Amino acid sequence: MTANDFIQIGIFLVVLLLLVKPMGRYMAHVYADEPNRVTRLGGGVERFIYRLCGIKANEDMGWKQYAIAMLVFNVCGMVAVYVFQRVQQWLPLNPQHFPALSPDLSINTAISFVTNTNWQAYSGESTMSYLTQMAALAVQNFLSAATGIAVLIAVVRGFARKTTKGIGNFWVDLTRTTLYVLMPLSFLLAMLLVSQGVIQNLKPYVDVPVVQTSSYAQPVTDSAGNPVKDASGNPETKPAQTTTQTLPMGPAASQIAIKMLGTNGGGFFGANSAHPYENPTPFSNFLEMLAIFLIPGALCITFGQMVSDRRQGWAILATMLVIFIPLVIGVTAAEQSGNPILHSLSIDQHASALQSGGNMEGKETRFGIVASSLFTAITTAASCGAVNNMHDSLTPLGGLVPMWLMQLGEVIFGGVGSGLYGMLAFAVVAVFIAGLMVGRTPEYLGKKIEAYEMKMASLAVLIPCALVVICTAIAVMMPTATATVGNPGAHGFSEILYTVTSATNNNGSAFGGLSANIPFWNVMLSVCMFFARYTLAIAMLALAGSVAAKKHVPESAGTLPTHTPLFVTLLASVVIIVGALTFLPALALGPIAEYLMSAH
Amino acid sequence: MGRLIRNALTMLVVMTVITGLIYPMVATGVAQVLFPHQANGSLIERDGKPIGSELIGQYFDDPKYFWGRPSATTPQPNNGTASNGSNQGPTNTALRDAVQQRIDALRKVDPGNTAPVPADLVTASGSGLDPEISPAAAQYQVARVARVRHLSEQQVQTLVAQFTQGRQLGLLGELRVNVLQLNLALDSQQVH
Repeated sequence: MTANDFIQIGIFLVVLLLLVKPMGRYMAHVYADEPNRVTRLGGGVERFIYRLCGIKANEDMGWKQYAIAMLVFNVCGMVAVYVFQRVQQWLPLNPQHFPALSPDLSINTAISFVTNTNWQAYSGESTMSYLTQMAALAVQNFLSAATGIAVLIAVVRGFARKTTKGIGNFWVDLTRTTLYVLMPLSFLLAMLLVSQGVIQNLKPYVDVPVVQTSSYAQPVTDSAGNPVKDASGNPETKPAQTTTQTLPMGPAASQIAIKMLGTNGGGFFGANSAHPYENPTPFSNFLEMLAIFLIPGALCITFGQMVSDRRQGWAILATMLVIFIPLVIGVTAAEQSGNPILHSLSIDQHASALQSGGNMEGKETRFGIVASSLFTAITTAASCGAVNNMHDSLTPLGGLVPMWLMQLGEVIFGGVGSGLYGMLAFAVVAVFIAGLMVGRTPEYLGKKIEAYEMKMASLAVLIPCALVVICTAIAVMMPTATATVGNPGAHGFSEILYTVTSATNNNGSAFGGLSANIPFWNVMLSVCMFFARYTLAIAMLALAGSVAAKKHVPESAGTLPTHTPLFVTLLASVVIIVGALTFLPALALGPIAEYLMSAH
Repeated sequence: MGRLIRNALTMLVVMTVITGLIYPMVATGVAQVLFPHQANGSLIERDGKPIGSELIGQYFDDPKYFWGRPSATTPQPNNGTASNGSNQGPTNTALRDAVQQRIDALRKVDPGNTAPVPADLVTASGSGLDPEISPAAAQYQVARVARVRHLSEQQVQTLVAQFTQGRQLGLLGELRVNVLQLNLALDSQQVH
């Protein structure tokens, strides 16, 4: 690694840490029960929305009521996104006249965007109308993020309140998140991104003449649009000339802003944040990375504030950083060292004053190694899934890092809201383990952790693990699935493992060589995304409902303090041990095997 | 349950109007006023007509032009409507063969140059539309372009320097050279 690599990683972490505190405190105001400056400012709009929707804003919901409201609202969103994709050809704002999408792809995309996964088995610039992008997909970027944050806030209320049934009002939490947090930040970020060159318009695509014409082989298609094959089964081609280039257009910046801030990750274009219209400069790249971690990081502070002990929030944030930083360095070092199978060719992969060097396959020149590697680690630590380089072309160990960051359960920052409630499940498990060691009833944040809480926390921790392992096993036994891999050998297995991991943990990034737009993948990944997202959220709401009803136990000499370096170490160890024990065998068959084979 | 579904549906409609119509429309309006050039694709215009974008790379394989990053888009390279990388895995022999072919193509038009080729010039970019190459990749091609165009290397170096951007704010990203702008400048220099 070069000095510059360390500098760019360092700047990112410093700026992030400077921003999480004010942002976290602001959000604590947003969700406060008593009216304050923030909620008074938008009170008029808020009340208007509640009146329009017939919502009783002062109704305090029990956990079941909260969970049902969340589920019903999310299912309505899925239906809406599905319908938009199926009828977009008859709706306005479709200058490229894109037809309807297939039913299985539409279901997959609907579930994917509503569960904050944003797995994409389509390429935006050649399938989705501007209206579908704005009014279906981008809306769910906001609402899936708001759902995640709302559930987290309810879970935190469960710990903060005592001897009560209510954990807040889903509609109020959802509305406030959208109005006070996501909308203003998205607008600001969208304008900053446009200043860097991200497009924001409603124009049709622009044809430009190319400076130098060139020839290429155009695949021949029959009248139905299917590729024609020659006698030996290869696709037939005819010589053609490139004389023009079509530049895609559209309202990209407004969607990209929320795609990063809401840890959604669904790209406006196929190449996602590697596309120069989606991420044109190193500064836009820096802003996008910051936007991914800002809310998940700040929510740790909000959590500390809401449970009236700021140290608790910092301890969780420290745990995340303790795991994150070594993994960032790992992926950067792996990528900077270049691709070993190219070493024997006449190629210069060394870093110098004139080039970043390293493994540049699938990376953009303006980002080089470090800005690509850092983005890779951030987008998979958080369950964002936007990519600014093609993860399939990462070196074996470089590709292992993003895969494992997802497999840890998306709790290292994780999705907005969902990352922290996932981490709180691990915290409950950690205090339980500590309690077993000394033989005392464990407590967390002044609440006794008993059998019911442990059951819910274990479900939240284990369900994604089980889904990944089982569904990967199913996929590798299905010839339809193994036929879709894009690379031979161990790497092909990595593609399948990565795909299932990404969908189940609601990340959405891909080893893109896998051709995922077939009914098998569309359906199975929909099931993974749906079950992982909602069983986890409901288990945590149930836990919140249970602890909200409990008394507050005062700290005693036997209480394990949960804000100390000792607890940070314990919590980080639990996260790593669960992730390592579950996935090491699978990783050994994929990236580790590939690394060992390429090492000599 | 009836009330709940009514709540959910009206909330969805209201939020769709706010975040799906008002927000992107206001963003479009403000962006068009504040940053019209960027919001419309950073187009390079000549005589009022767009001839390319500063941000979207074009394909070059003529020795008189600087070549950009290899592009894996289909069916032709640098296809603006099908952005994608190669997605070739690191140990895929197809990747090694592709890189070797690109090295051979560069050698064929510049047989005297036996220096190792900078990595970014023979590996496919992530988007397939990368507008830039590293300064090392530009330096590798300066002598060839100067020779084919009957220019001095110094003249070409001056243009390369003109279209080289440093790290943003002195710290972020990497040094890079915009290939399309450089080639357009080379062409206009030839005319004079």
